Amino acid sequence: MRVTMTVNGVECTRDVEPRTLLVYFLREHLGLTGTHVGCDTSSCGACTVLMNGKAVKSCTVLAVQAEGAHITTVEGLARNGELHPIQQAFWDEHGLQCGFCTPGMMLAAVDLLQRNPNPTDEEIRHALEGNLCRCTGYQHIVNAVKAAARAMGAAVGATAGGE
Amino acid sequence: MAVTQVFGARVRRREDPRLIRGTATYTDDVVLPGLCYAAFVRSPHAHARIQRVDTARARQAPGVLGVFTAQDLEGKVNSIPCGWQVPNCDLKTPPHPPLAKDKVRFVGDPVAVVVAETRAQAYDAAGLVEVDYEVLPAVVDMEQALHSATLVHEDVPENRVLLWSVKGGDFEAAAREPGVRVVRQRLVNQRLIPNAMEPRAAVAQYNPGTGELTLWLTTQNPHIVRVILSGVLSFPEHKLRVVAPEVGGGFGSKIPVYAEEAVIAHLATRLQRPVKWAETRRENYLATIHGRDHITDAEMAVRPDGTVVGVRVRTLANFGAYLSTAAPAIPTILYGLILSGPYRIPNIDCEVTGVFTNTTPTDAYRGAGRPEATYVLERMMDVAARELGMDPAEIRRRNLIPKDQFPYTVATGITYDSGDYARALDRALEILDYPKARSEQAAARQQGRYLGIGLSTYVEICGAGPSKVVGSTGFSGGLWESAVVRFSPTGKVTVFTGTSPHGQGEETTFAQIVSQELGVPLDDVEVLHGDTDSILMGWGTYGSRTTPVGGTAVYLAAQKVKEKARRIAAHQLEVSADDLVFEAGRFHVRGAPDRGMTIQEVALQAYLAWNLPEGMEPGLEGQANWDPSNFVFPFGTHACVVEVDPDTGQVKILRYVAVDDCGRVINPLIVDGQVHGGIVQGVAQALWEFARYDEHGNLLTASMADYAVPKAAWFPRFECERTETPTPVNPLGVKGVGETGTIAATPCVVNAVMDALSPFGIRHLDMPLWPEKIWRAIQQARGGGA
Repeated sequence: MRVTMTVNGVECTRDVEPRTLLVYFLREHLGLTGTHVGCDTSSCGACTVLMNGKAVKSCTVLAVQAEGAHITTVEGLARNGELHPIQQAFWDEHGLQCGFCTPGMMLAAVDLLQRNPNPTDEEIRHALEGNLCRCTGYQHIVNAVKAAARAMGAAVGATAGGE
Repeated sequence: MAVTQVFGARVRRREDPRLIRGTATYTDDVVLPGLCYAAFVRSPHAHARIQRVDTARARQAPGVLGVFTAQDLEGKVNSIPCGWQVPNCDLKTPPHPPLAKDKVRFVGDPVAVVVAETRAQAYDAAGLVEVDYEVLPAVVDMEQALHSATLVHEDVPENRVLLWSVKGGDFEAAAREPGVRVVRQRLVNQRLIPNAMEPRAAVAQYNPGTGELTLWLTTQNPHIVRVILSGVLSFPEHKLRVVAPEVGGGFGSKIPVYAEEAVIAHLATRLQRPVKWAETRRENYLATIHGRDHITDAEMAVRPDGTVVGVRVRTLANFGAYLSTAAPAIPTILYGLILSGPYRIPNIDCEVTGVFTNTTPTDAYRGAGRPEATYVLERMMDVAARELGMDPAEIRRRNLIPKDQFPYTVATGITYDSGDYARALDRALEILDYPKARSEQAAARQQGRYLGIGLSTYVEICGAGPSKVVGSTGFSGGLWESAVVRFSPTGKVTVFTGTSPHGQGEETTFAQIVSQELGVPLDDVEVLHGDTDSILMGWGTYGSRTTPVGGTAVYLAAQKVKEKARRIAAHQLEVSADDLVFEAGRFHVRGAPDRGMTIQEVALQAYLAWNLPEGMEPGLEGQANWDPSNFVFPFGTHACVVEVDPDTGQVKILRYVAVDDCGRVINPLIVDGQVHGGIVQGVAQALWEFARYDEHGNLLTASMADYAVPKAAWFPRFECERTETPTPVNPLGVKGVGETGTIAATPCVVNAVMDALSPFGIRHLDMPLWPEKIWRAIQQARGGGA
């Protein structure tokens, strides 16, 4: 089947088997291996991407279901070589160790910050319940999401102030 | 230019940019021209005789390149060996065929392998392999296995893998001392699944022109894999390259050399096509090693004043169906030798019986033996304290080894390096505000709320280790570590380490060591690891050894670089080497700071070789192999407050305090991260995680939907502090920190829950402390039954 979607701002068309999952479409058809497969029960969230702006587990979406959709993967977070605030915050706050869960974790956090620009610890922990990390114990991830929220809030404030 | 102090600084990790941009290469990301895919056919039975394997239909499936069974591997892939043959314990080492030959011995035992053009085709065809089984009774329960007529391996009577013991002093005599009371408790340390977020994977490529076989692998120790596979495949070691690219966590589960890895490497030579295999999470749960799984009858002999005079344990350890690479060491030397914990216990008597069962093999899981020992000791401390009516903090303080008695040799014969155990305990109690926590607990009980306070005071043996010592314990290798520190002509530094970090951050901490020692900017140092082609030798990353052993090798290699650079600078500045001062990356003549050379200028001169001291070889690099004289012994105290809801049995952690001492700290940010991650895994064993089998040997928790990997919302913010007691064992004064959290947290939380349940007269419940278990115990205590 032919499927067309926009991934990180680039329109792509590929022929796929109907059963192809979005995560394998990204990894094996487009070569975007930043999105990882950590389980087979939609439990771990390592494969989280944004589909039309919302976090989805790309192991639970068929590529054909994403026909016409806008997908953002970890490779699409940085703009013009500059890290997205969530990437910067994960780096600054040591929000990752082995890094395997990190792309999904960051995209789930981006989704949260779009809905709730100033989340509490508890709200962050709750929002990330679909994303498992075995290394960090989550505390530095929570710190990173808060730092990103501050940075993004400041950026919004700066833009507003400039008007 | 002055270089700021980098040793001890909260430096951001240098490995992170590739990880946060999604450009890191994990094994399953490796793509090669002509790559094909493998899928394994696994046993659905825990124990069965293989009567027939019919691969005809699978062979005809679209895209299939080959289907292979045990017969096809005969004489080509040898038995998978055990790498730690612990002596004096009658260790049984039955063969471990790479694909099951006559019998399958656990659910998930591989029977056949299919290779096809695509991943999907390989799985499709694997489903077409027909295997006829004669199902046999399975032995799952350890205690039953010892008396069962069913044998996992026909040549291992009673399913007994080993019988190991360590004795120091005389427990019996101590127990007979007038006034001494012996408290007893049976303790189950349940089976766990390591759950590295990246499942295992392997990619193998054979070049018939060069005869080289390259294996990209999810491993914690590529050089060990190379040594073992060269034997398993009868393949010359110098033509075999093993690469650990980005590795997504291990926690011990990526130490062993697995059957699948040998098979994939072989298939690449056989098919002359690169072959990839990536396990599913279900396969990871079934066929990657599990951890823990002990049943222990523990006795503690205590005087009325709380002085512990003896500990005796009888432990059953479940090895699963085959001996994994390091398995025999885990419940023996890594368990029994540490049973004195941080305490002066003159009489210790430990006997361990290892058992084969029809379950997934067990091996090292974060802490590996030491969490099990600490759990026994710290639970028994609380059980004893309660029987004596003593405060749990007081009984611990009374028995701690005093700080002026190091080096201290415990009854099991090992010698602790350094410590100030009481200080960590005191600090933890201070942060918790222990008296206040106790009064809040009492007030809460008045209101019908059940708070509990738990303590765990631990010492860990890590930093393996002296090769002579580990050799005497049956390890088929050394545990020294290698490092090369090499300047390039333009003054940049490359560090090669034989350790193989996979999340622990040594690309940063090792760069900090080199930056500090050589006075070069951190960004000018690159740390390379995980490739047998570029690294001379190494023993890998596990057992909290990477920094104390590998980091020391890096430090020593840097000293050699500095020494050679000094001689070159002295020659070129025409002074004696003793007259040079090395400061912030520059040699200058003592008393004449203007006369000098930066180390980068020296590096260039070393490579130009136009003007070197007579007889000196060109180039600027140092190589060091560090074999430590002893292990290192981090320690600390963890304390927590929990609340148990008596109506639901739910446990909520209200506070968690960790005071750890890992010697000198190179990067506090990274150490915090190691401690946090360890705590979460330790707490999860106490409260949620359990790899559970039914009586037929089916893993009931065979997916992430069924096994409770902990989530962010289940934890409070941890309050972490450190004391700093350097070790004299290495010149950096560093100990390991990768496992402390896991070791300390489990008994800390269980002790807290038991404290909360003490008003009900509940003395002990086995882990995991699921709400249902607690609720039933409360119901029973209230006389309601359940």
